[in-house]
Order: sequence, then structure tokens, then C-alpha cells
Amino acid sequence: MKPLVDWLDDRTGIRGLVHEALYENIPGGARWRYVWGSTLVFAFSVQVITGIFLWMCYSPSGQTAWESVAYVQYEMFGGWLLRGLHHFMAQAMVVLLALHLLQVVIDGAYRAPREVNFWLGLILMQIVLGLSLTGYLLPWDQKGYWATRVATNLMGIVPGVGGQLQQLVVGGADYGHLTLTRFFALHAGVLPGLLVFFLVLHIAIFRRHGIHCRKPGRRPDCAFWPDQVLKDAVACLAVLCVVLFFVFKPAIMGGGLHGARPGDMLGADLGAPADAANPYSAARPEWYFLFLFQFLKYFPGDREIIGAIIVPSIVMLMLFLMPLLGRWKLGHVFNICLLGCLLVGAGLLTAQAWHDDNQANGSSMAVQLANRVMPANPKQLEESEGYLEAVEDAEASAHRAVALIRAPEGIPPLGAIALLRRDAKTQGPRIFAEATCTACHDRVDAQGQGHKSAKPSAPNLYGFASRQWLRGLLSPDPKSGISSPRYFGNTSHADGDMAGFVKGDLKKLKPQQVEQIVVALSAEAQLRSQAAEDAKDGATIAAGRKLIQQQCTDCHKFHEAGELGSSPDLTGYGSYEWMLGMISQPESDRYYDGNNDRMPASAAFKEPERNRLNPLELEMLVHWLRGEWYEPAAPAIAEPEAIQAGAR
Amino acid sequence: MDEIPLAPAPQTPKLRPTAPVAKAPLPAVPPRRGFFGKALAVVIGSLVGVVPVASGLAVFLDPLRRRQGLHEPIRVATLDALPDDGMPRLFPVIADRDDAWTRYINQPVGAVYLRRLPGSSTVQALSATCPHAGCFVELKEERKQFQCPCHTSAFQLDGQRVMPCVAPRGMDELKCEVVTRDKEQQVLVDYLNYYSGLAEKKPKA
Repeated sequence: MKPLVDWLDDRTGIRGLVHEALYENIPGGARWRYVWGSTLVFAFSVQVITGIFLWMCYSPSGQTAWESVAYVQYEMFGGWLLRGLHHFMAQAMVVLLALHLLQVVIDGAYRAPREVNFWLGLILMQIVLGLSLTGYLLPWDQKGYWATRVATNLMGIVPGVGGQLQQLVVGGADYGHLTLTRFFALHAGVLPGLLVFFLVLHIAIFRRHGIHCRKPGRRPDCAFWPDQVLKDAVACLAVLCVVLFFVFKPAIMGGGLHGARPGDMLGADLGAPADAANPYSAARPEWYFLFLFQFLKYFPGDREIIGAIIVPSIVMLMLFLMPLLGRWKLGHVFNICLLGCLLVGAGLLTAQAWHDDNQANGSSMAVQLANRVMPANPKQLEESEGYLEAVEDAEASAHRAVALIRAPEGIPPLGAIALLRRDAKTQGPRIFAEATCTACHDRVDAQGQGHKSAKPSAPNLYGFASRQWLRGLLSPDPKSGISSPRYFGNTSHADGDMAGFVKGDLKKLKPQQVEQIVVALSAEAQLRSQAAEDAKDGATIAAGRKLIQQQCTDCHKFHEAGELGSSPDLTGYGSYEWMLGMISQPESDRYYDGNNDRMPASAAFKEPERNRLNPLELEMLVHWLRGEWYEPAAPAIAEPEAIQAGAR
Repeated sequence: MDEIPLAPAPQTPKLRPTAPVAKAPLPAVPPRRGFFGKALAVVIGSLVGVVPVASGLAVFLDPLRRRQGLHEPIRVATLDALPDDGMPRLFPVIADRDDAWTRYINQPVGAVYLRRLPGSSTVQALSATCPHAGCFVELKEERKQFQCPCHTSAFQLDGQRVMPCVAPRGMDELKCEVVTRDKEQQVLVDYLNYYSGLAEKKPKA
């Protein structure tokens, strides 16, 4: 072994290098306060290692960024751990930066001859913040997408070149493939390269001047190895443990995985895929930028530039001037006070931002406590409710996205967003509200849960055409029957022919016969939820069909019996195809003809642009009303109460 | 001889006294910590390095856990489309394909040569992938043989090597059957990929 090392040393001088690296003198002995720089180097190394492995799975484009990250998180072995480490170590790095800066300023280590190194440190800080800003976008989820839109839009207010600057960073006027490729190149190439360059300078100059020690004679000097190395290693281990705690937090706080796959619960969050057409009102920057976000609230309109650019620039300038001011004792005290004020100010702004968003969450202990200190006003409370609602919606659609990508069809080449846009479960309620169905119709279950109309004036569509729903329709009961507000009570049909029939002729039938009619008519709808019962009740259905032909065809058409024109066709009543027609054109002779109350036509025109709903929207609305959408056999993501509580 | 005047000694600018530049003098006393301290430093230092590397390697090795997706025989052609002249013909294989996170429905996933023996309804299927290094083998009808454009491997119409040949084995024959389905005679092929470069025909996992 020794001859080999001798040979290598002769050719490279390796012994000297190792010696120089390990036996640097530490005046006054090893101390815990010197560990911050080493922990930062460690954190950066972890980011490089995990980042390169993530790079091997990541595909920066509008159709593949979210999809590849989801593949890492949910499919690849240990992917959640890798993502979690990278995500939380990035946050740890920002905290360590702040601690390192604080320690250097308090110790006065920025003073001559170490000014240049202090400036290099500030440059490194900017690069790290740039890394976290660019990294936030890469998963291309709703959170990162909308937060980055805000951040890049702020560039637009730079006087003169703002517009072009923004366009260059975004890679065009709009966000898309080029935004991702550019951000990825910055995040994985340019910024780490710059960071390494400045880090080498930083460490070289640090080595030149040696450790700054306030009281060198306090204890005997020692070498870097092993005393300081041991302290540094312990500190790195502590950092890693904190990061791992956050990676595993849902399992630790929730008492295990509850049968879920680890990727479904642990590691970094992944929201629903980015959707430019679906604004995400809970978009917030990463927590360490939250103070800036809050700060901007105080600079309305044309003064935004003060909060977004001028004040931060002045603060950075003052940080750069610290070593010069620090030459005087008073200046040094000023520097410490300034840094303290900045940190306290940022802390208060962060607390305020957090409180603004969460004050309506009465179930959280922390919020209850905070509300005592910072009482809310009604307007803020309303905004907070909106925010919390948006967060809940975002979680729901993130979970839905995971369920959909695991469906047998998988992710189409157009990306996961195409799955969500075709998803009746999530799009149905949106269309129901946007197409103003909710102006008249409720869709609420017996417990009052569901989609409510502010002023219901038409039938409740929950379970439309199901046996339960039809039993109500064919009931004369004033509270729950045909003339109640649940059905025709608030329409022009409240005392119409149908109500008259239910209260008159139908009463002459035996209850068993009415039930046969209900079962037969409901079978026309071919509801998936009733398929088993329909298959079983063939005899009842046959009897019911005969009864319908006898009883109902004076007004209604039912297969071959009766005629169109006076009342809705009962052939295929409530089926997918029947409902499509009803929503498209309720005034056609197949439906209400001249007896239509206020039901608007949603797709009566041949020209698609004149219709309220396009074919895809109609399709999803009908599927949703019929309660038919893809549902995984088991819930995609287990949601123990504890996790939900912890997330708040 | 005039003495060459010496250049004036460069004036070092007077700097404020600063802390002396540490020249890393070696401590005279040996490090205070003994073996235990050093070992602990090494162990902890390795531990914090192992975690990120191990999590990265786990993800890196994930492809080894994946299996070749196509296991059901795929309908490649109808028997009618295949003249019984003993001459192979190239057919695309259309199937659903999973490419990591994307699922492609009904996409061409490869190609096979089908050959119907003269006067028979027996069909032979040969993979179009060269068993030497995986190039796409071409059919030269006028020479009545397959030729690989990369390293000049040549094969007879039944897939046997034309010697001398750099390919370690003949063209990979695929399991093929003719079934009557939907009122037509369909040619179904077990479309599998095999490792190239080996004398033995070994399917990719």
C-alpha cells in the first residue's frame, strides 16, 4: 500500500493536499458555532446527489413534467424518499443560510480582511434563493405554476426592460415548454455551476484567512481533524434527521401509513397538474418567501415596485455595506441590530401572512391562539375562508389526479391534465354551477350534503331517475312528494296535470303496483348504481312496463305506446341519451314541448359557439348527474384524520 | 562603468493591520481525540452521505423491477392478407404501450416478418430485430434472404443463418398461431424481445 501512496504522492502531492485539508489550525479549539458553513456544504452536496438522481427521471415539458414527477413519487421504488430529501433539504438550506449569516455578523467575522468573503457569501445566498425559486416550478403542479406566475410577473414591473426580461425568463409570452426547459437549465445547470464557482472562491478565501476566532487564547488550538470534523459531522447528522423528520412527518404524526403506499403519504407534496384555465387561489410561495409575499400586500397598484424591487434592493445593498460599516464599533452594533430587525420583521410578516390565510380555521389550536393576538376583521375572515376552501379543493383535485392516472387507461400522451379535464366527478359540479343549473336545481342528498342552489326552484337532481327519486315523484305527500319543493313545488308544474294524476288516478293503484311502475321506469335509466337490482327484478320490471303502458301513455310516450308532444317521453327515461337531449333542448317535442317552465336549452344550435355547453361538457354533466365516473376499487390515498389535522 | 540604478523598492501600500493570515501551523501536540473520536467522525460522516446516495440509487435501480409489458398474443394480420408463396412479408405490430408514465393506445410497437409456407396455412413469425446487435433486418426479395444493414449478417427465409455470419444465432422465431375469431382467420403473434448478442435465445424480462 505504502509504495503505491508514495508513487501517487510523488506524482500528485496528494499527502500535502490531504494534510492541508485536514490539519487546518483552529485557533481556540473546535467549537459548535463553526459548524454552519459545513452544514451548508453538506446540504448542497445532498442537493447535488439527490438532484442528479431526480434528473434521471425528470422530463421538462408541459405534457411530461408533472407526469414524470408523479411517476417518481408514486411508482418508482423509493422515489418519494428521494423527492422528500431534495424538497426539505432545500428548505433546510435556507434556514442554515440565515443561521450562517447571523453567526458571521454577530461574531464580526465579516470585518477586514474577510470583507470579500462576506460578499461572496451574499452572492451565494442569492444563488441559493434562485435555486429554490426555479425548483418550485419544475413539478409543474398548480401550486408551483401559479406561484411562479406571480414571481415572474413581478419582473415585469422593472422599469424599462421589465417586459422583455419577463419574456426571456418565461421563454415567451405564455408559460409552457420553454418556461420549463429554461427553468430546468437554470436550476440544474447555470445556478449550481455558479454556486460551485463561488463556493470554491468562498472556501479558498476562508482557508486563506483561517477561522475567525474572537478569543483565540481561550483554549489551546487544535486541528480541523478530528475535533472540528466530529462536531461538523454531528451537526450534519442533526440537519439530516430534521429533514428526514419532515419527509416522514405524516407517518410519524398519523401513527403509521394506514395501509397506504408510502409514496401516497410521505415525501414532498405534489399538487394537481398545472392548469392555466383553472386558477388556483391558494397559490403561495414557499414559506421562506412568504414575508415578501405579505410585504407586497402593503404596496398597492403603482407603488408595487417599491415593495417588490426598491426595498429589497436597499436591504441587499445594506447587507453588502455591512463589512465597511463594521469597521467602527458602533457600525458593528448597527449591523447586528439591522440584521435582527430584518429577521424579526420577516418573521412578523410571515406570521401575519400565515394568520391572514388561516384565521378562519377555528379547529386549529394554533389559529385559535393567534386569533387572540391578531383579531380578525370580517373581510379578512372571508378571504381566509376562500383560501382554506381553495386549499381543500386543491388537495381533493390532487388526490383525484392520482386516482385517475392509476385508472386502466393510464396517462395519455396529452398528459394528466387531459384526464382531469374529461373527469365527470370533478368537472361535473363545476359545469353544474357554471352552466347556471344551480340557479334553480339543487343536487343534495338526504343529509343535505351536496351542491346547493341559493334559491332552489326546480327539482332536486340528486339520484335523478333512481328508484328512490321516482318514489318521491310519484308520491302525493305534500312534504316530500311531487308538489313539494324537492320536485315540482316551486315550478309551474306544481299543480299541473302530472301532480293531479299522482294525487288522483295513481292513488287508485295498489302501493305494490306503484312500486312496479317505479322499478320499471327507473330501469329505463340504466343507472350503473342500480344495475344489479335491475338485473334481479326482471319480473317486476315487466309488470311495471305493462302498468306504464296502461296508466301513463295518455300523456307520455313509452316505447311503442302513446305519442310525443304533450309530456316528456318515458322511453329511456333518465338514460344517458335521454338526459343529453333534455339538457340540450328541453323544448323539443320529445320533452316539455310547449309546457316547459324555465329550463333553458343548453345545446339547441348546430353552431357549437352559440351553445351554452359544448359536447364534452354536456357529456361530463350527464355522467356526473347520473353518478357515473371512474372510481378506484380502493381509495387512492388514505386520509387518516390525523394527517388532515396535521396539514392544517 | 555607471552602475545601473536599482529600481526603487516597490512601496507596499500601508494596509490597516489585519488579522495574520493563518498559515496552518501544525499543532505541536497530537490531536486530543484518540481513535474513538476519529472513528465516530468517520461513521457519522459516512452515515449522512449514505442516506442521499442510497435513496438515489434505489430510484436509479427501479427499471430493474419493471417487466416487459406485452404478454398476450397480438393480432398482427389476417391469413388472407398473407399469400402462400413462402415469401416473408413485414407487418407492423400494433399494441398498447407503456412508456414509463405515458400510455399509448394502439401504437406501432415493432414489426414482424410473417411467412406462409407454400400451399399451407401454417405461418412462421420472425422478429425483425437482428440477434447480433439489434438492428432492423431487411428482406431482400431478389436474393431470397434477409440482410442486416449493420454488420452484414444474412439469414435464409426461414431465419437460419447464412454462414459465415457474425450473428450468434438465427433470427428469433416468435410463437405464432392462426385462430378463427370474428369470422376471420387471424394470425396471432407472441411479440417478445430477446437479448441480442447471445447464442441462446433469452427473452428480455
